[in-house]
Amino acid sequence: MAVNVIKERWTSKVAEMKLGPNEIKIGGESTLPFLHFEGEMPHRPVTALEVIDMEPEDYPDMLKEPFASVLNDPVAWAKKVVEYGADMVALRLMSAHPDWKNASADEVAATARAVADAIDVPLIVIGCGVEEKDGEILPVVAEKLEGKKCLIGCVTQANYKSVTAAANGYGHCVIASTPLDINLCKQLNILINEMGLPLDRVAFDPLVGALGYGIEYAYSIMERARTGALTGDKTLATPVVCFVGQEAWKAKEAKDPDAAEWGPQGDRAILWETTTATTFAIAGGTIFIMRHPESIKRFNAFIDEAMKSNAY
Amino acid sequence: MFEIIGERINGLFVDIREAIKNKDPKPIRDWAVRQANAGSYWLDINTGPVASKEEQAEIMAWLVKTAQEAVDLPCCIDTTNWLAMEEGLKVHKGKGMINSTTAEQAKMDALFPMAAKYGAAIVALTMNEKGVPKSADDRIALAMELVANADAYGIPMPDLYIDPLVLPVNVAQEHSPEVLEALRQVKLLANPAPKTTCGLSNISQKAPDRPLINRTYLAMAMVCGLDSAVMDAEDAPLVDTAATASILLNQSIYCDSYVKIFRQR
Repeated sequence: MAVNVIKERWTSKVAEMKLGPNEIKIGGESTLPFLHFEGEMPHRPVTALEVIDMEPEDYPDMLKEPFASVLNDPVAWAKKVVEYGADMVALRLMSAHPDWKNASADEVAATARAVADAIDVPLIVIGCGVEEKDGEILPVVAEKLEGKKCLIGCVTQANYKSVTAAANGYGHCVIASTPLDINLCKQLNILINEMGLPLDRVAFDPLVGALGYGIEYAYSIMERARTGALTGDKTLATPVVCFVGQEAWKAKEAKDPDAAEWGPQGDRAILWETTTATTFAIAGGTIFIMRHPESIKRFNAFIDEAMKSNAY
Repeated sequence: MFEIIGERINGLFVDIREAIKNKDPKPIRDWAVRQANAGSYWLDINTGPVASKEEQAEIMAWLVKTAQEAVDLPCCIDTTNWLAMEEGLKVHKGKGMINSTTAEQAKMDALFPMAAKYGAAIVALTMNEKGVPKSADDRIALAMELVANADAYGIPMPDLYIDPLVLPVNVAQEHSPEVLEALRQVKLLANPAPKTTCGLSNISQKAPDRPLINRTYLAMAMVCGLDSAVMDAEDAPLVDTAATASILLNQSIYCDSYVKIFRQR
């Protein structure tokens, strides 16, 4: 007797976002991740490698090595990232941090423009993480990057107004960041949307944790947001940004070179970053901001398999 | 997500009756927009009493077209005249809704195939030639007939809206808990379950403070599994109640702006 397989009938889908001068498309899923038999997953999850606008002080040697000659030059570093096969470049404006160089908005905006001009892939620009300072610098960066259709963040409850207005005016998308709380996440998306920025130009960042460091919290949020999105909640139907690199490389399992009982660092650090990323891909992540070129290679090998159609 | 079926485009209302008489599209468009802004998911379209079946069919098609020119919402075509029903579906853009069949075999044999032909959803009333049953059990027996027939005609369960028939509390008080129990049990009849709906305003016919009764019953019915209702979308506290109940039932994800967002779907 033939078995009648019951499939989930979703009524809605994730917004499709276009990034970069070539308008690379992401999102647009009408099913849970990789369940190609229940809906469409028109675009694969994408990777970005981080570029810091000053020599990073907290990078372990293993992470410095692939970028050894370019750590002082964000433009050269960005080109290297493209060479390594990342889909996007994620420029982090760490020099603006008041505890580091406290660089001005004009200085970091000039760097951002130089990086954008040197690459043909989409540019993600991330502030220094201090909400107040980011609220000042990101609008200037947005203006300077007019026409590049960048993804700019992170926008928070504290600074969303200035950044959203600028992103809207100069044609960019924003990353809305809330601390591991789906209700706040939804509310921030709504507040940003109410300022006139369409929801297909917002991606949310639920503040992911790495493997072993609370990965399950962000996993649940992404899962809940996706089922909401697929059943008609437009305010949560936005692509998801996962800051995998910064979290995975904070884990002692990744950065400790002298823990022989855990095996060679070269293996475990890459595995830590890759496993964190693949986990979030299964939960519904869209943009994976990572640090090591080998991790994106392995992550993409997984995505290649997962994107093979299992429709029936 | 809870689906409001806006009840206002109905020839029983004087302004709509006048609009139909004068072929004046403005009141139809205005009510379509007003109900959409108030959070309606469907627009109920009812011609009210008219002279002939043919005339009614023509009016129905005009009402559907006029409403859909104004807003991007599907219509719930509300008539007992099958000719008008089909004319309405013919001009309808997107997935429409048939309102309604009963559990009478002749009606099911005409209207379920029509729903299948046009890919429409369909409201199915738990009554037959013997009238409206009093108990939940008898309502469920008819609901099962409706489910079985709909399935045989290839209607997916999420397109079947079982209406267990709400009656006025001031004259048929004993029905009100029976309807709630029927709503609960309808959800157990199939997997995936059929949807449910009701004519909410009926509960408060000729009673004082109708809005209070309507919104109290709406919250109670939603707990029991009510997925949609033909109702007054411009009754703001009523819509607020639906929004809040849907949050409290964890049907939609909470955020501080949930009441406002509920209307923006």
